[in-house]
Amino acid sequence: MTPSYDNTYTMKERNVLIIGGGPAGMEAAHQLKQLGFNPIIVERNDKLGGHLAQWDRLFPTSETAEGLLERLKENIKDVEVRLNSRITNIEKNAETFHVTLSNNKNFDVDAVVICTGFDLFNAEKKQEYGYGIYDRVITNAELEEYFKTHNDKRIDEPQRIGFVHCVGSRDIKVNNTYCSKVCCATALKQACEIKDEFPDADVYCFYMDLRMFGKGYEDLYLKAQKDFDIKCVRGRVCEVSENIEGKLVIKAEDTLLGTPMKMTLDLLVLMCGMEKSKGADEIQKMLNIESNKDGFIENLGAFVGMNKTKEKGVFVAGACTSPKTLPDTIAEARSTAMEVYHYLCNN
Amino acid sequence: MIDFGFSISKSSHIQMDDVDLKTFKKLEALNPDINTCMSCGLCTATCSAGNFTDVSFRKIILMLQRGKDKEALQKVKRCMMCGKCMMICSRGINTRNILLSITRLYNEEEK
Repeated sequence: MTPSYDNTYTMKERNVLIIGGGPAGMEAAHQLKQLGFNPIIVERNDKLGGHLAQWDRLFPTSETAEGLLERLKENIKDVEVRLNSRITNIEKNAETFHVTLSNNKNFDVDAVVICTGFDLFNAEKKQEYGYGIYDRVITNAELEEYFKTHNDKRIDEPQRIGFVHCVGSRDIKVNNTYCSKVCCATALKQACEIKDEFPDADVYCFYMDLRMFGKGYEDLYLKAQKDFDIKCVRGRVCEVSENIEGKLVIKAEDTLLGTPMKMTLDLLVLMCGMEKSKGADEIQKMLNIESNKDGFIENLGAFVGMNKTKEKGVFVAGACTSPKTLPDTIAEARSTAMEVYHYLCNN
Repeated sequence: MIDFGFSISKSSHIQMDDVDLKTFKKLEALNPDINTCMSCGLCTATCSAGNFTDVSFRKIILMLQRGKDKEALQKVKRCMMCGKCMMICSRGINTRNILLSITRLYNEEEK
């Protein structure tokens, strides 16, 4: 079979701007480089990796986040990366985009891939959970940080630990009606890990539905029950308060029993969901791209158009369009690279 | 009938084929959000009266959907209309309005 495109000789001269150096950006850059293009990653932080760089271990296999990050980094060692850089302007001229960075450097690219990812939901917005008010209410990200560093005074031999699922997700009161997809599996992963650390502790997960949809997730659920004695209670926590001893008192309904319940805890972990990264707002403004009803970047449909936006030459990958797991993100970054390839070869 | 010392228990099944949902349909028409409940339990957990009685907004709706009208109306009577369930509902259901509609519709039915 003959290749459909005969203009591959020009690929080296074709720049692709990758906005964001998280897993989606790194993988898209890796694939585009392999296809012969010149991807340029612009990352606002001083290092690559995004949220992955903050994480300790990954569900469902418990392999280290560092291991995956190193592999993703290794793949792009020949790719141009601009750290500590913000994009101050993108101007579209005919077929190219003129990009200006915060250090006043500027260059032209032929296509743009937005990989701005997500922010974790700010738990302070759910004031009834007492984050930022009570010391022993922490977030999933803070617990992950603890697993990495083992340095957090709030986690001091807890005897009873609770996890609240769906914090900032599936909740019209914070205007996030979507499911954040990763919190169920993360909660059970973290529940097992903290039980491992404090074997005498009782660990409870307060859930509404356990969405263990991916490969190996249901096994993780079974492992949590069988090997780690994690207790799952079907009910959303309605409020948290502190008693005179400084312990947390939570209220929920055990909906399977149909009875309200109260419980005293030493530590409460809030499973904060995903919101679109606030950094994407200015990029969207520059490129004239709207948000969808969930506040994420609008792409062209849920099936074959997921990598594209309504603007020609502007593509998306990863959690900037909706909450995604890491395998989803990496798969999407690869498919986006293919879309960019087709676009550039046809132009 | 000869008493053999044992009897047949009545089925505890909800016989959905026999349930009359006529009044519930009227309630639905007035309050379309009634069917968006996902039984998370927030209303029941936060309920001021639920601590002392068996009132539970979530269960009231479920009972009406399953034709257990009498039990549901018993629960409705315990409600103090404080509105905490409306404040907390993660689906944004107008619980107070629904409770008022239930009182009106099902009482009309009884007359």
